[in-house]
Amino acid sequence: MKKKILMCGNDACGEGAVLAGCRFYAGYPITPQNELTSYMSKRMNQTGGVFIQSESELAAINMVFGASVAGARAMTSSSSPGISLKQEGISYLAACELPAVIVNVQRGGPGLGNIAPAQGDYFQATKGGGHGDYNMIVLAPASVEEMMTLTYEAFDLADKYRNPVMILADGLLGQMMEPVSVRSSEFGVRSKKYEKPWALTGCRGRKPNIIRSLLLAEGALEEHNKKLQEKFGRMRKAEVRYEVSNEKDSDIMLVAYGSCARIARAAAEKARSKGIKAALLRPISLWPFPSDILGELSGQVKNFLVVEMSAGQMVEDVRLGVEGRAKVDFYGRMGGGIPTGEEILNKIEALA
Amino acid sequence: MKVTSNQKPVTRKKSKERKAPPLKCEEILCAGFGGQGIMFMGKLLAQAALLERRHVTWMPSYGAEVRGGTAHSMTKISGDYIAGPVISNPSCCVVMNYPSLVKYEGKVRDGGLLIANKTLIDKLPKRKEIKIVNIAMTDIASRLGNVKAANMVALGALVKKTKIVSKASILAALEEVMKNRPELLALNKKAFEKGYKAVHST
Repeated sequence: MKKKILMCGNDACGEGAVLAGCRFYAGYPITPQNELTSYMSKRMNQTGGVFIQSESELAAINMVFGASVAGARAMTSSSSPGISLKQEGISYLAACELPAVIVNVQRGGPGLGNIAPAQGDYFQATKGGGHGDYNMIVLAPASVEEMMTLTYEAFDLADKYRNPVMILADGLLGQMMEPVSVRSSEFGVRSKKYEKPWALTGCRGRKPNIIRSLLLAEGALEEHNKKLQEKFGRMRKAEVRYEVSNEKDSDIMLVAYGSCARIARAAAEKARSKGIKAALLRPISLWPFPSDILGELSGQVKNFLVVEMSAGQMVEDVRLGVEGRAKVDFYGRMGGGIPTGEEILNKIEALA
Repeated sequence: MKVTSNQKPVTRKKSKERKAPPLKCEEILCAGFGGQGIMFMGKLLAQAALLERRHVTWMPSYGAEVRGGTAHSMTKISGDYIAGPVISNPSCCVVMNYPSLVKYEGKVRDGGLLIANKTLIDKLPKRKEIKIVNIAMTDIASRLGNVKAANMVALGALVKKTKIVSKASILAALEEVMKNRPELLALNKKAFEKGYKAVHST
């Protein structure tokens, strides 16, 4: 059996990045993701990487842009208000087709909000956030272990598609400690190496590479957008991730992601022990969203119940996937409120 | 489409020294003021439970805290998958100062256990439907030469009373986290033993 150690989600996320070969981190402190910045300051030093506590979130995302353009595996992290500040940079990364990993350990909003866990940044993460027609893969961990494994995977996905990838966590996952399997050797073997002939590494003896997002020539930007859309299409087909339980035999399908999915899972199990056929669909990739499985499920399940720590954001994507074939209900808490198992169970019982 | 699998529940090995049947999910809340080792107490308990291959989560009070302000940590230990790490009604609560008693006494579940620090709490807890253990943690620790070890006195009492984890697991966890601090390890072990002996098992 693999050795397990206790780690907090923020640290596990940092370790996932280190294992993936991330050697550049820039960030600006904000609760509840500070442990991640602190962890990277230690680990970048140990692994010969670069750690910069930047003067602002804007500086951090643009430093990541610079590191990525030179071919490095680079990451930045923040929490909700800080991520808003990074949106311009994320749009530029997507436009310039640069790989990078951005971690959002969400907190209560809007505005400066509070420091409690929340999921109010779903729209921002999955529907753009920054300007222009771009998409990025958004992965939602639901355990400390996944904070590590999905961050690790995010670097491969970013390099594979030359696109930014976001880890959408929340304060609960960042702060809590849970056992994590130590398997650095296994990670080492799995790690993929991507050639980066496009990187700006000095052009002596070759044609200069040009990376820019300002395309003024007539039709040039539309052509560039078509190329990007073709890539986003490939991502949509290949990168859907989800987890579903008891789908064959259920009347109520809960849909929840991240730490909310943990609470929903327990509520579904409780409901089952009371004779209500409840199940859980947990999207792991929020973009691309697992719409196809929702389409399939809506043929057999009568009721969907979406649970979020927001006023109802993912519920819109669930409705798009279900396409009116089943009833879609919503239960949510806002501003840092965390739904309890009893609250969700009451809602299930009301629907059953 | 890819489906990543979640971690499988690990079945708990039965231990002969534990007499009480394993409860479904133990929820332990430790509270006190900053500097009393509230975070460490919870983490050590989590570490010991991990050694017993049980499911465990630990959650701190975090954020806008000040030195000397109130702090609490939440530890969940279970034989099965743990939903969220947040505890609203602890099955066991350690309060190391008076403000913590005021804040958490009412939240302990009926039939639960409250362990209070007699040294810093003049008033006795009022509730009748919970078990109460009142020991002078800070006094015991200062007699050992370091008031900061009061948290280990509390943990000793907690382990003896609840048998949530075995004494051996706590000592093994202590050895693991303090392997580079032998003088602290000795003190903490001693304080744990004092707390363990200060209460009767039920």
